[in-house]
Amino acid sequence: MSNGTKKGYSVPIGPIHPALKEPILFTFTMNGEKVEEVDFAPGKAHRGIEWMGMRRNPVQIVHLTDRICGICGVSHTLAFSRAVEQVAEIEVPERGHYVRTIIAEYERIQSHLLWAGVAAHELGFDTLFFLAWRVREESMDVIELLTGNRVNYGIIQVGGVRRDITEDQFPRIEASLRYYEDLLGKMLELFLHDTTITMRCRNTGLMNRREALELCTVGPTARASGLNLDVRQDSPYAAYGDLDVRAVMPEQYLGEAYGDVYDRIVVRLLEVKQSVEIIRQCLDMMPPGPVQFETKIPKLLATCKKAVGEAVGRVEAPRGEALHYVRMDGHENPQTWKVKASTYSNQMSWLKMLRGEQLADVPIIVASIDPCMSCTDRVTVVRDGHSDVMTKEGLHRLSVEKTRRLMQ
Amino acid sequence: MRLSRAFNRSLWVFHFNSGSCNGCDIEIVAAITPRYDPERFGVRLVGSPKHADVLLVTGPVTHDMRDRLRRVYDQMAEPKLVMCIGTCGQSGGVFYDSYNLDGPVGDVIPVDIYVPGCAPRPEAIIDGVVKAIAKLERLEGEQG
Repeated sequence: MSNGTKKGYSVPIGPIHPALKEPILFTFTMNGEKVEEVDFAPGKAHRGIEWMGMRRNPVQIVHLTDRICGICGVSHTLAFSRAVEQVAEIEVPERGHYVRTIIAEYERIQSHLLWAGVAAHELGFDTLFFLAWRVREESMDVIELLTGNRVNYGIIQVGGVRRDITEDQFPRIEASLRYYEDLLGKMLELFLHDTTITMRCRNTGLMNRREALELCTVGPTARASGLNLDVRQDSPYAAYGDLDVRAVMPEQYLGEAYGDVYDRIVVRLLEVKQSVEIIRQCLDMMPPGPVQFETKIPKLLATCKKAVGEAVGRVEAPRGEALHYVRMDGHENPQTWKVKASTYSNQMSWLKMLRGEQLADVPIIVASIDPCMSCTDRVTVVRDGHSDVMTKEGLHRLSVEKTRRLMQ
Repeated sequence: MRLSRAFNRSLWVFHFNSGSCNGCDIEIVAAITPRYDPERFGVRLVGSPKHADVLLVTGPVTHDMRDRLRRVYDQMAEPKLVMCIGTCGQSGGVFYDSYNLDGPVGDVIPVDIYVPGCAPRPEAIIDGVVKAIAKLERLEGEQG
């Protein structure tokens, strides 16, 4: 193989492929079984959400943000609402913040369990996949009880939430928290002490701390590489300021961070435990009162219409930071709305992780950052009829600039 | 065309995401996992359209995915059924005024069963599969 006569070949994977849950096209340049170079083309799920949003009013947009992504819809809605609330100087009632926090944490639980199942499936461990999805249904039941929907909850509104969590729902919530607490030991045992998973995931898809910082990764992907980043801890929103939230790091469990796929599993499973603790704190501390700044929609819209200015809403989605930038100019619809989803920040790390790995490890490495293309596929720049492809140098320059900003 | 006996017993399903928000996709997976467990009846997701009897399409069909959806549909062996899951594949749903949609799904490939909802519950998806089986039986009866 190394005699230099064999030429590399390329393997395209996607956009429709059983190993990918969402449309994206990968092109691998291979040498034997080894991945030499990786390229990927996202944008297949681009629906022009920002463009549509700029033609709708904030109350209509919250239904659109729910559907940016069916898995982390609450995070996007929350980030958007936070941005609009800052522009319009809307004060969300205390209890509204707590309800938002509880829903956001339930979303994290279901998203991480969903991911754990998908990861097990990618490794060919379907028993574990089915187990993870079975226990995930518990959180879906509670979400349905609290919001009325299983997916696209539609509970968050600009200025608060649409539904309150009532006392009679507390026992059901408490039961689900106990269910997950009892279960977690078993999940950790199954995922982290299984020989197959350890063999497949240890030292696979490596990314060290420096690379994670330079590639601007966020969320569990960054934390697994040893970066202590968590929006809930660094710039608290909703009720997180009152709560004890610390970023979950892999070294808490194993004493050391490798920055491989295994560590990403550790971080996500421990975050399920953390979410359970956060929800419990919220239930204890929830103050009485209203949950919505203004229940009459026309009044709410009038407040939004008067707003002039710009703001950024940041939220720690299950996959990392989601950022919404909104500028209002006294019209009903926002003048500008920009969404930066967590996978947008994380996807460039694929290039680093996949180089030098075996083709067979591609599915689990691709899944390890928990990619969400429907979150990410925001905009394609088209000039003179040609798609504008950002060069590696240009991206590198941007990356270096951001790192310098962070280092200051 | 006469349906084979194997087709009557179990439906193999291929899932196609044409640019959806993932909501329907996770509900499809939730529908095939243990709480509902339709694998008891032989309903399972397969990795190739050539093995599949039913094509589950989610999403409003973005411009990039139109041609791919057509090609995946053409690759499926007859007899085949198409199920469109979710509101956005039927009317565009919340994305109705987007500039990047070539949908709804019915404009790209012929659809047999529509499952409305945003996102439809797993029970609704399973109900759609049951209707698909009924439709196949009816087709079989008509074709003798």
